[in-house]
Amino acid sequence: MQDAFLMDRLQFAFTVSFHYLFPQLTMGMGLLIVILKWIAMRKNNERYNTAARFWAKIFAINFAVGVVTGIPMEFQFGTNWAKFSTFAGGVIGQTLAMEGVFAFFLESSFLGLFLFGEKKLGQRGHFVSAFLVFLGSWISGFFIVATDAWMQHPVAYAMDAAGNVQLQSFWGLIFNPWVGWQYVHTMAGAVVTASFVMASVGAYYLLARREEEYGKIFIRLGVVMGIVFSLFMAFPSGDAQGKNVAYNQPVTLAAMEGLFQTKEGAELILIGQPDMDKLRMDNPLHVPKLLSFLTYYHWEAEVKGLDAFQRSDWPDNIPLLYYSYHIMVGLGTIFIAIMVISALLLWKRKLYAARWLLWILLLSFPFPFIANTAGWMTAELGRQPWLVYGLMRTVDGISPTVSAGNSLFTLLGFLGMYFVIGVLYLLLVIKEINHGPEAAAVRR
Amino acid sequence: MEILWFIIVAFMLAMYVVLDGFDIGAGIIHLLVAKTDDERRIVLNSIGPVWDGNEVWILAAGGTLYFAFPLLYASSFSGFYLPLIIVLWLLMLRGLGIEFRHHIHHTLWKSFWDVVFSCASILLAVFFGAALGNVVRGVPLNQEGYFFEPLWTTFTIVPESGILDWFTTLMGLVALFTLTTHGANYVAMKTEGEVQLRARNVASKSVWGVIVTSVPALLVVTSIRPEIWNNFSSHAWGYIFPLFDVLGLAGMLYFNFRKQDGMTFLSSTTFIAGMLASTAFGLFPNVLPASTDPNLSLTIYNVSAKSYGLGVGLAWWILGIVFAAGYFIFIYRTFRGKVALPTEESGY
Repeated sequence: MQDAFLMDRLQFAFTVSFHYLFPQLTMGMGLLIVILKWIAMRKNNERYNTAARFWAKIFAINFAVGVVTGIPMEFQFGTNWAKFSTFAGGVIGQTLAMEGVFAFFLESSFLGLFLFGEKKLGQRGHFVSAFLVFLGSWISGFFIVATDAWMQHPVAYAMDAAGNVQLQSFWGLIFNPWVGWQYVHTMAGAVVTASFVMASVGAYYLLARREEEYGKIFIRLGVVMGIVFSLFMAFPSGDAQGKNVAYNQPVTLAAMEGLFQTKEGAELILIGQPDMDKLRMDNPLHVPKLLSFLTYYHWEAEVKGLDAFQRSDWPDNIPLLYYSYHIMVGLGTIFIAIMVISALLLWKRKLYAARWLLWILLLSFPFPFIANTAGWMTAELGRQPWLVYGLMRTVDGISPTVSAGNSLFTLLGFLGMYFVIGVLYLLLVIKEINHGPEAAAVRR
Repeated sequence: MEILWFIIVAFMLAMYVVLDGFDIGAGIIHLLVAKTDDERRIVLNSIGPVWDGNEVWILAAGGTLYFAFPLLYASSFSGFYLPLIIVLWLLMLRGLGIEFRHHIHHTLWKSFWDVVFSCASILLAVFFGAALGNVVRGVPLNQEGYFFEPLWTTFTIVPESGILDWFTTLMGLVALFTLTTHGANYVAMKTEGEVQLRARNVASKSVWGVIVTSVPALLVVTSIRPEIWNNFSSHAWGYIFPLFDVLGLAGMLYFNFRKQDGMTFLSSTTFIAGMLASTAFGLFPNVLPASTDPNLSLTIYNVSAKSYGLGVGLAWWILGIVFAAGYFIFIYRTFRGKVALPTEESGY
């Protein structure tokens, strides 16, 4: 049983992490393409239209991979997490079914129109279809975050006679206090990814001295959006999300921050390695009292450490949780630094000639993907050992009849398949970038 | 309320089979009816703008099934573990085949994805048929309402059944021929010239495959699950569904002969809808019969969510489906008519 549990967890973790690389770019780039289309219409500037068409090509590849890797997610709730589905289907079935009905139909229908219907629809219609694809992807994101928010912070339910949860208030589920900040934080993260990708491609064109007019457009939009959303990630959305965790999952906060002992005026650890045998941080580099202040706006406030909780309620992989959280926050800080400097030079009209900074922008594109992944790992590892916080342990949620051998078989299959998909994806995207926007100028 | 949701889920699954059925069918005949690159691009362009929207029906149906009947979702998805994951892989490969093929203009690249697209489509049709066969035959449910079936055991229906036995394989062939015909009808309707002639020709042959496989399948169903006819004897109006089936079949033969492709496609749609509706009507209120002890069968009453949730769901479901119907009408209108071959840079 323990083996099957491990396989099921690995498979879900792997497939969902791989999957989320794509929708984050879809959701962010959807917004940026809408903005490009909008500028093209307002200024009647064909260059922005061509830029939008260029990104639409990459968007299409990305969307396709997002769709195909997304299909297994919904299905795995049933195949590998049957007990969980039986237990929670009465509540989260709502949000998952709404995603299908409201978001998937919208985005899939209008994606076809957006990619193939520019001639048939005209500019205004084409803009509307771009907007609806963007809207669909953000609605989809909302229902997924709402589902996760319920697992983090179950509300609006009642237990039935069989011990399963049933929905008691629809609006309670939709307006779960956990949803709001988690949603905007997640979406802003997606925009950060897309901004860095766009700026990175722009930097590549400038550095390679080709398609420079497009390169400048990409850098301008990427940096402007990048600075706004990178700052928004830290404050207010990241700060508010942290407080959600502090008030509702204090043991998770302690594990994320590497705080083993409860104390007043708790320090904020910047770097260090959790030692789970001696229950302390090795080589800590910290700022005194800052954690108390950030959490409660009071320098001497008491912050509960791991010692305040039963060990069976501790997240089961504290070092990984701690590192995920610190990677997310550390990268987020670096993003702000890069974008602030870039925006400053852009404002001074020096950015396009600052090759050292263009190099940094060019090489920075993988890191938002890592930060987003680390952020989700923080949320989901932090929820452990619960599958539904306080209601169902993760170990109790797996399918009772699926053996470890079968799960391993499919896990290996997914590993192989996703490796191939990843390689092909990179190949095609690099090819499109190399092809350049001018080649995408043909109107369809 | 449970009955209503049973109808809704059945409706969504039927929509999926009818809609994705024709683009899977187009995949099955892809290598047969289209020989040159231009011809293959015509076939792909006939389904290009719509296949993703069609496929969404299975996600939406899956989500709705999860929401309305959580225990059924949990039990059947974990019990049919391997075939379901394999179906997912096939869906993935098929989608990639359609979407990746046109990005690199190289014969080997294109041939590779053509074969992937076609093989995945063929296997999907067989698996979907086998899945329907499993539901009709019943599965070894335990006390908690769970089961697990390996891919195959001894190819016999009893005692320990696998996903594939001779009956479900037969059902897989029924589905293969049905979707081949359905897809060929669609391609014939959307294209001209050589491709259209070949598609019509395929349809005229594969419809006989439908007849040759589905008649024995029907006899087997009657012998292993005679109670499927109980609902029909107690509610005679239900015979309208098998009647649709027969009409659809006759229509496929007649209109194919008359070369009226639109009507032929309508006939295969009627045939598929009639077949699924008959099955749903016959099984009701069972949704997953037990092959072990009939009392363990999952029915809509012992697997459903509670009434508050189902009631709220009805409100948003109707809203959502009205929107979705709007999109579908709009998109099919925009891309109506015969497929013209676009330039290499646009389209597939």
